[in-house]
Amino acid sequence: MQSNSNRDLAVGVFVLLGLGVIAYLSLQVGGLSLREPGGLVLFATFDDIGGLSPRSSVRIGGVKVGRVESIDLDDDLRARVRLNLARDLELSVDTAAAIRTSGLLGDQFVALEPGAEDELLVTGEDFAFTESAINLDKLIGSVVHGEGLGGGD
Amino acid sequence: MRRGLSNLGAATLRQIEELGRMIRFGGRIVMAAGRPPFRWRSFMAAVYDSGLLSVALICAAGLTVGFVLGLQLYNTLVRFGAEDSLGTAVGLSLIRELGPVLTGLLVTGRAGSAITAEIGAMRTGQQLDGLRMMAIDPIHFVVMPRAMAVFFVLPLLSALFVALGIFGAYLMGVEVLGLDGGTYLASLEAAVEFDTDVLQSLVKSVVFGVLLALIATWRGYSCEPHSAGVSRATTSTVVTASIAILLADYLLTALWSL
Repeated sequence: MQSNSNRDLAVGVFVLLGLGVIAYLSLQVGGLSLREPGGLVLFATFDDIGGLSPRSSVRIGGVKVGRVESIDLDDDLRARVRLNLARDLELSVDTAAAIRTSGLLGDQFVALEPGAEDELLVTGEDFAFTESAINLDKLIGSVVHGEGLGGGD
Repeated sequence: MRRGLSNLGAATLRQIEELGRMIRFGGRIVMAAGRPPFRWRSFMAAVYDSGLLSVALICAAGLTVGFVLGLQLYNTLVRFGAEDSLGTAVGLSLIRELGPVLTGLLVTGRAGSAITAEIGAMRTGQQLDGLRMMAIDPIHFVVMPRAMAVFFVLPLLSALFVALGIFGAYLMGVEVLGLDGGTYLASLEAAVEFDTDVLQSLVKSVVFGVLLALIATWRGYSCEPHSAGVSRATTSTVVTASIAILLADYLLTALWSL
């Protein structure tokens, strides 16, 4: 009986360990969120989102404050991005959302630049000011053809 | 010519019959699992044998695969100056493919063969017939707890393999090759998603568990009652289960990317 209960203890530890690892892989690595509702949900509309994808991060001054939840086309065929942010985040109504890239070819993320108004954005509202992703192809094209950069002759 | 064709036909029919018998056997295991009493004692013993005793093997294999992945992918990625994506490459390949598949193959060799040999030896020693004499269903008493244990432990072992692989690649990439630890983990967490990657990994390991549990117990249960039969059944378990796992992996991957 003694060896039996030792064995059961070992099996219990093994099962707990396995479930713990599955939970780690799902929650931490896989980014599955158990408390989906409750965050601050805001929308931002862009002409061009570049390589932004769901689960991309949202940052203020480089600090991660949330993630992109989903991306859809709105009625005007512009990209409407749904952002899920930390619940206690206080953003003024003139906060600007821009799509930036970390490094030259790195991941794209939404950068928020806080404004100066006293009024705060509440869940479900849209950002008034947005700035699309920089399209590397267009940028190279404009340099090659001498357009728009004030160069030329 | 005619004779060759009819031989081919007979062999095909035999295979199909064998498959049908195995699937019916699987149905009987499921029925037995739903019929009280559930054999907790034997189930725990089987989880111990198939699961706990495989932990050391799975940990060693996961760590080694992690080292190798870290080293190989680093050497490839560094050519493109993309060594910051090591976490992405390691995480996706381990979680989607290597974790469940290698765990399935290792557990086939370590525990599947043992289950076949054990049940096969019981068949040879007429212990299964003895149980039936005492009005005890051998499928309920012997087969079901072992099959359930394999089915239960495979996802756990697979997750363990993946975690140790990620850790092994971290050790190699960060401690040996000098990457930044935060970058490694951030690129890993940014690339891996629950519903495409982690869920796929779990579904795969569950399917592999079902296949291995069914094949290993069926091969033992249907083995010819002599020592050569036991040895043949054990070999056949390893071969059939390995092929089945690899085929199922391909099918699941193809279905997932539809």
